[in-house]
Amino acid sequence: MDLDKFKVHGEPLIYGAMVSIALATIGILVGLTYFKKWGYLWREWLTTVDHKKIGVMYILAALLMLFRGGVDAMMMRLQTAAPEMKFLDAQHYNEVFTTHGLIMILFMAMPFIIGLMNVIIPLQIGARDVAFPRLNAVSFWLFFMGAMLLNISFVIGGSPDAGWSAYFPLASLEFSPTVGNNYYSLALQISGIGTLITGVNFIVTILKMRAPGMTLMKMPMFTWSVLITNVIIVFAFPVLTVALALMMFDRLFGSQFFTMANGGMDMLWANLFWVWGHPEVYIVILPAFGIYSEIIATFSKKNLYGYTSMVFSMVIISLLSFLVWAHHFYTMGQGVMVNSFFSITTMAIAVPTGVKIFNWLFTLRKGRITFTTPMLYTLAFIPIFTIGGVTGVMLAMASADYQYHNTMFLVAHFHYVLIPGAVFAVIAGFHYWFPKVFGFRLNERLGKHAFWWIIISFNVTFFPLFFLGLMGMTRRMYTYSEESGFGPLNMLSFAGAVGLAIGFVILVYNIYWSTRYMPRDTTSDPWDGRTLEWATPSPIPAYNFAIVPNVKTRDAFWAAKQDNVPLFEDKITKIHLPNNTGKPFILGVIFFFLGFFLVFSMWIPAIVAGVGVIIMLAAMSFDRDHGFYVPAEEVIATEKKLRGETV
Amino acid sequence: MKIDASKPLEYSTEENSNKIFGFWVFLGAEIPLFATLFTVYFVMVNRFANGPSGKELFEIGPVLIETFLLLTSSFTIGLAIHAMRHGYKKAMMFFMGITLLMGLGFIGIEIDEFFTYVHEGATLQTSGFLSSLFVLLGTHGAHVSFGFLWGAGIMIQLWRQGITPATANKAFIFSLFWHFLDVVWIFIFSFVYLKGLM
Ligand code: HEM
Ligand SMILES: [Cu+2]
Repeated sequence: MDLDKFKVHGEPLIYGAMVSIALATIGILVGLTYFKKWGYLWREWLTTVDHKKIGVMYILAALLMLFRGGVDAMMMRLQTAAPEMKFLDAQHYNEVFTTHGLIMILFMAMPFIIGLMNVIIPLQIGARDVAFPRLNAVSFWLFFMGAMLLNISFVIGGSPDAGWSAYFPLASLEFSPTVGNNYYSLALQISGIGTLITGVNFIVTILKMRAPGMTLMKMPMFTWSVLITNVIIVFAFPVLTVALALMMFDRLFGSQFFTMANGGMDMLWANLFWVWGHPEVYIVILPAFGIYSEIIATFSKKNLYGYTSMVFSMVIISLLSFLVWAHHFYTMGQGVMVNSFFSITTMAIAVPTGVKIFNWLFTLRKGRITFTTPMLYTLAFIPIFTIGGVTGVMLAMASADYQYHNTMFLVAHFHYVLIPGAVFAVIAGFHYWFPKVFGFRLNERLGKHAFWWIIISFNVTFFPLFFLGLMGMTRRMYTYSEESGFGPLNMLSFAGAVGLAIGFVILVYNIYWSTRYMPRDTTSDPWDGRTLEWATPSPIPAYNFAIVPNVKTRDAFWAAKQDNVPLFEDKITKIHLPNNTGKPFILGVIFFFLGFFLVFSMWIPAIVAGVGVIIMLAAMSFDRDHGFYVPAEEVIATEKKLRGETV
Repeated sequence: MKIDASKPLEYSTEENSNKIFGFWVFLGAEIPLFATLFTVYFVMVNRFANGPSGKELFEIGPVLIETFLLLTSSFTIGLAIHAMRHGYKKAMMFFMGITLLMGLGFIGIEIDEFFTYVHEGATLQTSGFLSSLFVLLGTHGAHVSFGFLWGAGIMIQLWRQGITPATANKAFIFSLFWHFLDVVWIFIFSFVYLKGLM
């Protein structure tokens, strides 16, 4: 075997990363052994099928990936901070922007949202669990192992370097001869399968497991947004599955899908990628709309304005999201008719989005607004996202796009939509739901400090990029000359990026500080919430609800509090729960090895791992574990304890 | 587990009916998967490079046998489910066994067909057309092979545990999968082979 393939050639940065990864791994292993936490880790986390814990693991992983993607971003901004910088070379810069984009969208934003939805959705619909708890664990481990596979590419064999959209022929074996794009196809494939399973699971959960009385039009807005998102997942991800499989065939087995000779067609990749890729953007943004809707209603103490139009605009956005993909390559030689069609469908999306923005503003109007941290992020989202949307309409005009295409203007635009649209939303949701999961709030003062750092620095980082784009600075350019005049604005942008980093550090410090010092909250309803998740004790017991709620109106918990509509009318009885299982984790590990062996074309080990996958699937099918019952007395005792009554 | 006796066994618990609904949603995802593969095939169908075209390659004989096997097996899996509803375990096992054997026959012929193509110099690497043909047929074939293993696993469980709400549920879901493969095959038969031969 050729060991050279595994080596990444000499760069101090990469050696540094190797050493720090090795040290961190050793540190974790030693720590776990020293504190005797292996058993705890296995029993409570690695084998868990509890949707709340799975959600927490998703969020932890997403925060780690935010850090990784953020370090990539800082490196890029540093490299371009001044003309002729020598910090990264061209190849390394290519790898960094590729993994930055990939990680931020697929391994940070989307998992963060899936994490929140895992924690909250069953609670919001008054259910005891998701429809398929064990499959849920499978989803998580596939996502996690896919993410790990991509992350090791940095030190073993080399990262993908053809951009997160991996356009052919650039991403073909001929022009990207390292294993980087093998990692791309396999890491995304593995985590993508996990995402698809999540999609199926949550569609069934939301449609079939709602509490009695909760009709579709009484569902909380976050639940609605997640339902629509999962429908998009189920229709969009199979396209990615195929695209990645074809990429793998081209790169590993020499097929001719995207080649330039022998009947291949590079544009086929661009089409397949964006047929998935554009809906993917809405997969991360629609749940954000749902989160903001909950937060605005809660902190304005008003019903959400225009509930029905909110739902319909999301449905329309989701349909349109499948009809706009070619706006990503107006300049790649498609006809006028095609460009016009995609131009019009793209601009049409602004209409339902505008409806939503006005609905939020009308909800705020005459509301009793409290400026908590989650609310601040929500309020900041509205104008910033609007800038992103307006520049999006500018980009949507095919003829004008010939001017902006592949410039920093585009980079500014999509960060102006993605960061307020996805990142602020998950941060807001994180602050908002944190007390539900852990039983105490995050510190508001630190939260607001982080908020101001992040909001101001965000604009300092990205607003200059609009001008850089108009000045002609192209995207993915690793350096530029003094005469270009790009220097000062890039320096400003770098300063902003440093501020952003400080903001995120304060945010993480807040988690640490609050865990140690914040008073525990016994009311379980710290924000005076409206929806069912606030009706269970915090932290949430394994079975979620001692008694399944009876829903009569929208915002059922609010109605219960305001108008004394009874929510829990039945008696406490024994509750059925699933047992933990290690199989999903083991399946994930095998998939990781399968992916790794395929990346390096190690066929025999790959076949062994493939057989291992089949054996694990069979083992899961033959499993005759029927779960267990929590006796009624135990439920009553737990409830009393959690609600602060003495037993 | 609450069992609702008014419903067929495979639907009789909440978990069971959720699983069936979930499988329908999953089949909902299989539609865009195969639709994408068909689209890729239609884009590639005339890109022969220097390789052979479908007209030169396809032979109707084996394809008709494949079609016969798969369509009949879709019928026999229906008979198996019918037997299951009446609680006839032996008949059910018999029909499921026949179904799987026909599936195996299908896979055998397909593998033979692939070998013939490669023998005639038509490989995955030859042209865009052949890459898309092999991947489309191969994905369907992989589904049938997976179905064979899956169905065999369910037969073992049926044999050991009898017809219970759990095994009935699995067998029913398997039958949905099998019918779906049949539908996909009809599209392959019409739009790949028949159209290619024309
Ligand atoms: C936290 C601060 C961030 C900074 C400073 C930052 C910076 C950058 C820069 C400088 C580039 C492009 C460089 C180039 O084209 O040469 C870039 C590309 C990109 N960023 Fe970010 N980014 C940040 C956060 C995010 C987030 C949160 C997301 C998504 C949720 C994201 C998604 C992307 C994508 C998709 C690309 C395109 C990658 C490619 O060209 O293949 N970024 N970012
Ligand atoms: Cu798009």
